[in-house]
Amino acid sequence: MKDNLLWRIAVTFASLSFVAVGGVTAALPGIHRQVVDVQGWMNDTTFANLYALAQAAPGPNVIVVGLIGWQVSRLAGLTVAMLAMVVPSSIVALIVGRVVHRHADTSWIAVAKTGLVPVTIGLILAGGVVMARAADRGILMVVITLAAAVFVLISERNPAWALAAGTIISLVAWGLGLPL
Amino acid sequence: MQSGTNSVSTPSGVAGTVTLRHLLSGFLKIGLLGFGGVAPIARHVIVEDRAWLTEEEYASVMGVGQVLPGANTINAAVMIGDRFQGMAGAIVCVISLMVMPLVIVTGLGVLYQRFAALPQVQAAISGSAAAAAGLVIGAALKMARRLHPTAIAIVFGLLAFIAVGLLKVSLIPAVAVLGPLSIGAAYLGHRRER
Repeated sequence: MKDNLLWRIAVTFASLSFVAVGGVTAALPGIHRQVVDVQGWMNDTTFANLYALAQAAPGPNVIVVGLIGWQVSRLAGLTVAMLAMVVPSSIVALIVGRVVHRHADTSWIAVAKTGLVPVTIGLILAGGVVMARAADRGILMVVITLAAAVFVLISERNPAWALAAGTIISLVAWGLGLPL
Repeated sequence: MQSGTNSVSTPSGVAGTVTLRHLLSGFLKIGLLGFGGVAPIARHVIVEDRAWLTEEEYASVMGVGQVLPGANTINAAVMIGDRFQGMAGAIVCVISLMVMPLVIVTGLGVLYQRFAALPQVQAAISGSAAAAAGLVIGAALKMARRLHPTAIAIVFGLLAFIAVGLLKVSLIPAVAVLGPLSIGAAYLGHRRER
C-alpha cells in the first residue's frame, strides 16, 4: 500500500516535470489539480497553506513539491516527490545545455521564448486564481490577496515583505476578534 | 562584491575554471539567501560576486532554462555545473542549491503538522496563504506588462489562463497543445520580420 502511494507520487510529479514549462509557478494549477482533485492527498486549504510555507522558506520555488511530498508520506514522500520533479527535467537540461553550448546558433531559443512566455504567464495567472480560490475564505483574505498583487505590480521590493505583512495583518485581525 | 569589474567582459564559462568546491559554496549561498525567489540572488552570485559567467552568458543560460520544462533555476544550475565540472558539477550544483531550503521547509512542515490546529497559527498561515496567492497573480500581471505583448501573445496567454484557470483543463494537454501552437505563431512572426 505504502509502496503504491510512493509510486503514485513518483508518477504524478515525474509527468508534471516534463510539462512544467515556465517553471514551478506555471505548473501550480497542474500540481493543485493532481494533488487535491485527482489524487485527493489533501484539501484546498492545506494545499494553499503548504504553498505559503514554502514561500516563507528561502530557496527555489520547486521545494514546495518536497513539502507536499512530506505532507503525504513524510521523508520518503519528500524524497520521491523531489527526485521525480527534478531528475527528468534535469536530464533534459543537461542534454540541451551541452547541445546549445556546442552549437552557437541560439536563434531558436528566442523564437521558443517568444512563443512560450505568453502561455507561461497565462498559466501563472491561472495558478494565482486557483490559489486565491483556495486561500480566500473571507473579505479580509480577499483584501490581502489583492493588496499583495498590487504590491508586486507597482513595487520592486522583495515580495517576501507582502507575505510578512499578510501574516501580521491576519494575526492582528484574529487578536482583535475580527472575522478572517 | 566586485560589481562591475569582473562582469563586463572577462571570458568565463570554460570547463575546469571553477572547482566543485566553488560550485558547492556558491549554490549553497544562492539557496540560503533566495527569499521570495532565487533569480535575483543567483544573478548576483554567479555574475557579480563569483564572476563565473558574464552577464550575457548568464542571460543565455537562464533563457534556455526558462524554455525547457522544469524549475528554471534548477535547469540553470544543471547547465552551469555541467559547463564547469561535467555531470558531477551538475549534481553538486542542484544538491547544494536545494539541500538547505529543503531542511528548512521540512522543519516548517513539522511545525505546521504539530501546531496547525492552534487558532493563532491558523490565522497567521491563512494570511500568508492569501498574500502568497496575491504574489502569484501580481507576478503574472507584472510579467505581462513588461512583455509589451503582441495581439497573438495576448490571445495565447488568455487561452492558457481560461483553459487551465477557469475551465480546469489538465496542464499536460493544455501545454502540449498551446505550447507548439504559440511557438509556431512566434516562428511565423519571426520569419515575417526578416
